[in-house]
Amino acid sequence: MSAAEQRASPARERVVAAIDQGTTSTRCLLFSRSGRMLAVAQREHRQHYPEPGRVEHDAEEIWRNVARVVPEALRRAGLEPENIVALGIANQRETTVIWNRHTGAPLARAITWQDTRTGPIVARLVEEGLGPLYAATSGFGPATYFAGPRLRWLLEHVPGARAGAEAGDVLFGTMESWLIWRLTGGPAGGVHVTDVTNASRTMLMDLRTLEWSPKLLDALQVPERMLPEIRSNAEVYGVCSEVLPGVPVAGALGDQQAALVGQTCFAPGEVKCTYGTGAFLLKNTGARIGGSAQGLIPTVGYLIGERPVYALEGSIAVTGSLVQWFRDSLGMIGTAAQIETLAMTVPDNGGCYVVPAFSGLYAPHWQANARGVIVGLTSYITRGHLARAVLEATAWQTREVVDAMNAESGIPVTRLKADGGMTADHLLMQYVADVLDVPVERPLGSEAVSLGAAYVAGLAVGHWPDLEVLRANWHRAAMWEPDMDARVRERERENWARAVARSYDWVR
Amino acid sequence: MPGAIQSVERAAAILRLLGGAGRPLALAELAAALDLPRPTVHGLVRTLRDEGLVDQDRTTALYRPGAGLRRLGGGWDRHDLRARAMNWADALAGGTGCAVYLAVPVGTMASLVHHVFRPDGSPQTLRTNTEQPLHATAWGKCLLAFAPVATPPARELELRRYTGRTASTVAMLEAHLSAARVRGLATDVGEFETGFGGAAVPLRSGGGLTVAALGIAGPVEELFGGGGEPRRHLAEQLQHAGREISASLVTPR
Repeated sequence: MSAAEQRASPARERVVAAIDQGTTSTRCLLFSRSGRMLAVAQREHRQHYPEPGRVEHDAEEIWRNVARVVPEALRRAGLEPENIVALGIANQRETTVIWNRHTGAPLARAITWQDTRTGPIVARLVEEGLGPLYAATSGFGPATYFAGPRLRWLLEHVPGARAGAEAGDVLFGTMESWLIWRLTGGPAGGVHVTDVTNASRTMLMDLRTLEWSPKLLDALQVPERMLPEIRSNAEVYGVCSEVLPGVPVAGALGDQQAALVGQTCFAPGEVKCTYGTGAFLLKNTGARIGGSAQGLIPTVGYLIGERPVYALEGSIAVTGSLVQWFRDSLGMIGTAAQIETLAMTVPDNGGCYVVPAFSGLYAPHWQANARGVIVGLTSYITRGHLARAVLEATAWQTREVVDAMNAESGIPVTRLKADGGMTADHLLMQYVADVLDVPVERPLGSEAVSLGAAYVAGLAVGHWPDLEVLRANWHRAAMWEPDMDARVRERERENWARAVARSYDWVR
Repeated sequence: MPGAIQSVERAAAILRLLGGAGRPLALAELAAALDLPRPTVHGLVRTLRDEGLVDQDRTTALYRPGAGLRRLGGGWDRHDLRARAMNWADALAGGTGCAVYLAVPVGTMASLVHHVFRPDGSPQTLRTNTEQPLHATAWGKCLLAFAPVATPPARELELRRYTGRTASTVAMLEAHLSAARVRGLATDVGEFETGFGGAAVPLRSGGGLTVAALGIAGPVEELFGGGGEPRRHLAEQLQHAGREISASLVTPR
């Protein structure tokens, strides 16, 4: 990709490094000034499942992986730390860790965003009538999805956690806080900060003031002195003393907000959707904090400079993981990509619909007691029809979130910027365009999350002057135009809605 | 004429054993059935496994016929090819400023499996799943030159003349294909559409078999220098991307 470019003058090459600390792996990517990826290195970390519903990560293992992947990426690009102008971080959101500030050791494994152990804590908040307080202050009602209840769980259950926190010996962070603290020296003067996007997912921050809310902290009995300082997304938090000595740590974003920036959705109304295991739609709402009535989550999009840009988020739990299930549990296909081949053996779904409510339905339904259904089965249905129905489920779930967003603002979405692994499936992308009735575009380079982290860090140190320059880096790699008869679209939408209704209230 | 090659005969015997056993077999059983030392059989069966013709169960270490046997003659799944090629195809478009295509042979046509837009913001239409003539496009000629078994011989093609530069006789097409084999790269200097051309290299899976063509497309004057040779920086990037994608096709799945 860049062998010729690298040979030109490695000594003068100026690049930005991004760390993408994800759910299954930690990666380091290097980006050129034009936003091209020059190298990537990756390491997976262990998933710990101590009990059903509990998923943990070892924060120390993740830190060790960071210390390995960064030099590996440099080596692959033939570059030295001197070539790196800034380092940015994008991370799995809502994953919670506490550690001792004197030893640097985590007090327990990090509780990840998929972990549902905080159900009783959340139920208690609701019973105490605190739902409206949370909705009015943090933007959404109490849910196990967010970091605050996890912190409360750790304070209650980990020996020494509460006393240590009250004495100022124990610190809390989501993954970016933990990594920034380690990179900038750890016990020897590490900087303890978080960014507004990650803080907006804790259930502890006031979405308007962008500060920790004393009322919300009280309700969850969290000592304020253990919390990191909330900072903007693009500023020099500190300088690395480890891994990349001398390089400024200059940006951090939650992964989905990072993709919003990487896709350069800088104008109100612009929407991106990252298709992975699940899918996350984020819509830029500008200075306006969106409403949560439609099952959507208002959140901070980014804070670059003085004024925050808000976003409205719709999360879909099961998209790519439905294809994985089709491959691994049903054995219908050998690889995820082959679902397109199988689906192309038939012209349509044959009347069959799959609703993947494996662990309930997320936005806009939020039905915890729903479970998956396959409806419309007849002897006519083949594996090909099922493959179609599996792909169509992702498209219809996207449509539901887009409909909710349109209803919330009254201003319809006019195009969708897609990224993530499922954009490799052209049949799916065409179907998304067909059911949304708007064009779907994919940018050149599928690394929107890491690119967003690089962008904020590069902006902070002046490597890029402004957002307009970044916008010019966005290139369309493909566009799918809607091509479906309106009557067919409406008929299929109704069928999908009837299928969804049949998934409700299965768990009693 | 040399005699039969012993290791190929033994490999064939292993495949017959596995295919006829009706259950997975252990290394010791294979060695006993063939009356060969275990290390010899292990070397053979490991090579077959690396080629995807034999599968080994991870927990029991038993051997059974591989998924690759079903793909014999069928080649790679076109969407697996796209998934493997996608990142490098994007990088190639970004580095060259050209549109990028991935093509496989289907009958007498080149079928486009993947298309990356030319990254200049101009309006373009996605051409995935469309078909183009083998004899008049860079990717088509690349497949004719490097995948001779998967494509028809030149004399069986309808050599329709699309422009003044189309190879419209068998002799002319054969000359183009010979030149492509010498260069390791096929070109189209405006042979399908006047003024627009392309260059393409073969993508090879394990064993060197050509399974697809990777091409860049653009105006002829941008792609080619004075002598009709593809510009060096473009050819280098194309060949680099072709090698990287091919390397990812060696390991099955």
